[in-house]
Amino acid sequence: MSASKSRDVTLVEAVNMALAWEMEHDESVVVLGEDIATNGGVFRATAGLKDRFGFKRVMDTPLAENLIAGTAIGMATQGLKPVAEFQFMGFIYSAMEQIVSHASRMRNRTRGRLHCPLVYRAPFGGGIHAPEHHSESTEALFAHIPGLRVVIPSSPQRAYGLLLAAIRNPDPVIFLEPKRIYRAVTQSVENNGDALPLDTCFTLREGSDLTLISWGASIMETLEAADLLAEQSVSCEVIDVGTISPLDRETLLCSVTKTGRAVIVHEACRNGGVSAEIAASIAEGAYLELKAPVIRVTGYDTVMPYYRNEQAYLPQVEDIVEAAKRVIAL
Amino acid sequence: MRKLHEFSVDSVRYLDDHGAPFGELPRQAEDTERVLAAYRNMVLTRTFDSKAIALQRTGKCGTYPSVLGHEVTGTAIGQSMAQSDVFVPYYRDQATHILRGVSLTELLLYWGGDERGSAWQNCPEDLPISVPIATQCCHAVGVAAAMRIRGEARAVVCSIGDGGTSKGDFAESINLAGAWHLPVVFMVINNQWAISTPRSVQTGAKTIAQKAIGAGLPGHVVDGNDYFAVIEALDHALERARAGKGGAVIEAVTYRLGDHTTADDATRYRSTDDLKRAWEKDGLKRLQSYLHTAGLWNPDRETRLQAECKAKVNEAVEAYLATEPEPPTAMMDTLFETLPDALKPQRDRIADKYRGGGL
Repeated sequence: MSASKSRDVTLVEAVNMALAWEMEHDESVVVLGEDIATNGGVFRATAGLKDRFGFKRVMDTPLAENLIAGTAIGMATQGLKPVAEFQFMGFIYSAMEQIVSHASRMRNRTRGRLHCPLVYRAPFGGGIHAPEHHSESTEALFAHIPGLRVVIPSSPQRAYGLLLAAIRNPDPVIFLEPKRIYRAVTQSVENNGDALPLDTCFTLREGSDLTLISWGASIMETLEAADLLAEQSVSCEVIDVGTISPLDRETLLCSVTKTGRAVIVHEACRNGGVSAEIAASIAEGAYLELKAPVIRVTGYDTVMPYYRNEQAYLPQVEDIVEAAKRVIAL
Repeated sequence: MRKLHEFSVDSVRYLDDHGAPFGELPRQAEDTERVLAAYRNMVLTRTFDSKAIALQRTGKCGTYPSVLGHEVTGTAIGQSMAQSDVFVPYYRDQATHILRGVSLTELLLYWGGDERGSAWQNCPEDLPISVPIATQCCHAVGVAAAMRIRGEARAVVCSIGDGGTSKGDFAESINLAGAWHLPVVFMVINNQWAISTPRSVQTGAKTIAQKAIGAGLPGHVVDGNDYFAVIEALDHALERARAGKGGAVIEAVTYRLGDHTTADDATRYRSTDDLKRAWEKDGLKRLQSYLHTAGLWNPDRETRLQAECKAKVNEAVEAYLATEPEPPTAMMDTLFETLPDALKPQRDRIADKYRGGGL
């Protein structure tokens, strides 16, 4: 198998490629989670890893999310680099105590003596007709916690490069994979082990009238909205935030300083969402350049509906276009 | 009907309440130097404890959890561990930390509100004090899994109180230890009290140790005030673990002779009669009586030891009180390996605000 051959892959295949690359090149990388070894993961993100790297490095755990999070912490303090999978973000909550009270704090608590070079992966977001608890976007819960990085890829290339960066990062990373676009598109990804930078926004498209800011699966609708707006002579800059915490305010502020307008799009409900932090940062840092209020296009402040109504909850292209037209008119 | 499994849980003790052997002692009694070292550590721990409480009462230390009644269990853990083993503590393990090489000054710094109190250089792989109850159990199995993945002949000791065994973290962790055959010994220090909640409220099980059976591990009960019973159980469990024979749960039954912490008042929920009866079983005095009877100890040696322990503790207190606080910017400096750009303005703000020093 040629290691650096470029091929067209989906986002979930890119996750698999990154895991395999790093396991091949760093013996301290281990993966653990429910149904990830023999079965290869319910979304196939870890398919083939057990056969290549053996059960000592690819571990099926008992069905206990809190245990998975805490076990990864113990392993990390021993110099391993665990990549732990939570089957769905909706089941991560029993692990919150381990993540919030220990993974994020171990380095600080011991003044650098011990640290947690680990990655917690979880598929998140709606739109796949899944049962209850399989569709939420609660990334803001983690963005609020000091000591954590929260990274969200929105394309196969960024999934590959950001996951490599997350594994190599010496601190804990929450890596949230937008499962709605796990297989939505393929993209040519060179399997060369090149990581992408964390803590940095990705400017996907340059524009002059308006900055559209998003992350995860909503990037798809955001790009489509930018296309439609371009047809109407509205030039949109599109930014994929990539790492929602710590936030790359500089790129966001530079863009808004240029365009004077911003619309922030995310699937998660609005109240206390990461869009609020971004909007506040823009208000603090680019107030004089703003030509219109910052507008948010988000999910509603209600429970994620079961799948018959999930599209009614998720931000749609027309919602983004409508919001963009509103700020352009001001 | 077929019987698929049956079990029993034995309780082991060698000394009566006054330190007199019931019969033959385990081989650990032959190593008199080790037994004497255990006694010295118990006295040092108790001396430290009363000083730490006094410091708190005079505003020189924060909330502090007394270790009174845990000197035997904590000392036995420390003695049974090889330096290459890893200790995963809860928060009432002063006797063990001292034997692992944590300085008394570091212990005071921790409870005195300074993160440098966990920057232990002499036992760099030991996990820090874990305040959220039972959460450390999951770390212990993670450390043990790392040892097993690498094929090392090392083991982990995880300490936990009786209250902690009611939490999912304990159940999940002993379950994984059984399923993965991990080299980890869970040392349940059953001191009868989780703040005000007695052991009887924690579980309907006759013993805590029997929870191990459900996880596929051996479970043992020992008298936590009987040094020989505790050290024998720990030596045995750790030898097994290091030899790849899997983990164990040891329930050491003792009594929390102090308040939960300096912020607690145990007279609100337990009787003085109970406490008086518990003092009659004190493990430190019991070992002292044994040593006297065995001709290994005398009043002169006791006087010298008390003076040595006081001097050590006073020296540590002086060093603690003379330690300048970290600069306020330290709150940002070990959060990540490298401070992210996004946080630099906040660190600068702290540095500017406290340019002349801390508060």
